[in-house]
Amino acid sequence: MNFQQIKNILNDKSPESVEELAQEAAKLTRQQFGRAISLYAPLYLSNFCSSHCTYCGFNSHYKIQRMKMSPEQYRKEMQFIHAKGIRNILMLTGESYTHTPLSYLKEASQIASEYFQGISLEVHPMQTEEYKELFAAGVDGITVFQETYDRTRYAQVHLSGYKKDYDFRYATPARAAQAGIRQISLGVLLGLSDVVKDITALYQHLQELEKSFPGVEYAVCFPRLRPVKTESLVKCDVDDIQFVKIIALTRVLFPRAGVNISTRESPRLRDHLLEIAVTRMSAGVNTSVGGYSLLKEKEQDPQFDIKDERSVDEIVQLLKSKNFDPVFTDWRHIENSL
Amino acid sequence: MTDSSLVIAGKSFTSRFLLGTGKFKNKKDLSDSITASGSQIVTVALRRIDLERHEENILEHIPSHITLLTNTSGARNAQEAVRIAHLAKASGCGNWVKIEVINDSKYLLPDNQETIKATEILAAEGFVVLPYISPDLYAARALVKAGAATIMPLGSFIGSNQGLKTKEFIQVLINEIDLPIVVDAGIGAPSQAAEAMEMGADAVLVNTAVATAQNPQGLARAFALAVEAGRMAYLSGLPLKLPLGSASSPLTGFLYDELPAN
Repeated sequence: MNFQQIKNILNDKSPESVEELAQEAAKLTRQQFGRAISLYAPLYLSNFCSSHCTYCGFNSHYKIQRMKMSPEQYRKEMQFIHAKGIRNILMLTGESYTHTPLSYLKEASQIASEYFQGISLEVHPMQTEEYKELFAAGVDGITVFQETYDRTRYAQVHLSGYKKDYDFRYATPARAAQAGIRQISLGVLLGLSDVVKDITALYQHLQELEKSFPGVEYAVCFPRLRPVKTESLVKCDVDDIQFVKIIALTRVLFPRAGVNISTRESPRLRDHLLEIAVTRMSAGVNTSVGGYSLLKEKEQDPQFDIKDERSVDEIVQLLKSKNFDPVFTDWRHIENSL
Repeated sequence: MTDSSLVIAGKSFTSRFLLGTGKFKNKKDLSDSITASGSQIVTVALRRIDLERHEENILEHIPSHITLLTNTSGARNAQEAVRIAHLAKASGCGNWVKIEVINDSKYLLPDNQETIKATEILAAEGFVVLPYISPDLYAARALVKAGAATIMPLGSFIGSNQGLKTKEFIQVLINEIDLPIVVDAGIGAPSQAAEAMEMGADAVLVNTAVATAQNPQGLARAFALAVEAGRMAYLSGLPLKLPLGSASSPLTGFLYDELPAN
């Protein structure tokens, strides 16, 4: 599907067209995934960052409390999350090659595999050889968003640090796939640039990857930019209607792709999108380093403010009341090797 | 009419309907569907077995007299399938394993070659191996040699409900392979299950169609009845299908022409 076709679909906001697309997406979602929804929790390990991304709460120019958890500290956080029933973990850091190097991430992954069945990382981009080491340490998934596929805009919002290198970032999912990683999540930050251009480019990126690495399970996420510490840096002009269309269109074009919905979105929207296309969601979320069990709320510096603050139990009850099957384990650890 | 049992690895089953357990909206629908269908073999993906959470543990919703067939969903090659089978056995799921090796997340077609490799290894270790394949005569023959307990060819794309798109190729396996043939994947309606059984398939496995039905237990029962009906039709010998009318231009009439005398 080309730019103009996607533009026509997203710009047609007539209720009939939105409904038609949503119905088509819902049908495909039920056929491919049934009513199973995978649950996971994010765990922020560190907020040290060497990149200056103008829209991010962790950016290196912010004077926030920088913190990197020690193995003892993140073990405590893992135990806390595990006790809530969560078995899939997404570990995140700021993009710092010096504060959270490969060795740090490997150790965290090894410890995480004592508590979790599915382990994903959202950290700085690396080389294939490094991903191989992470895979062997138990990492199954890599999340790496291009943020925007508009090169000019990319350069404007990524002012310094490794993240400035657009091409290195673009080729990151392919390097991870080469290393054997099972699940790869792509995404754009809605609000950074022209939405239609970004969505079109993301679909193209995903198609290229599907062709080169057919064995990988792909997922996509479309976070809309949220204010950081009540400071609005970029205004996201994607309204709910367009947002729903993006999610539904993605399902229609990629029936097998996982679709993730961020806690940036309101509980009401998240709940409704479950019926249309969403197949995985986070629950009981905290986006601060040490936020689950180590720090009091007023001591925390979150990466972004969340809108959906429901606990794991509340999400599970909600899913069951809506006739969804909450899935805690979607994978069982086997020894990873190529 | 008396029918022999379905025998897999020396174990006899009166039901020829196998049920998969993915995609159900809740555990009650699942256990009700198992009961309604009378299925005696049920497949479970190891990746979905939550051993720690009792309420969510799928195994606690499967009656104990059912034969559990753990599948290797998520395996992308033989090595991973073997590891998952080992883990299943170590987790107390027994030694019946459905080999499912899929290295294509778009079409979800099985990799026959890797499936053969995994079957060789696991059958030699004493597992009862039921491999899921794209219907291919050479792959099926290799699986017989490798020690498979059945052959499970796909009817059409998994989860597609499109029925027997691969009908002619499955028929070849039914004709040529002496192991039980269990048609798996793509069966979306009881009529399609009956069709597979009429062809001489030994059993049918269904998951998506039942799990995503408005009334799963009702459809599970309908599938079981269709499988029985199709089996009975097969055993009774279906009459040949003949074209209506006779050929308008006989090809052999010339034999009776009077030849001109020389």
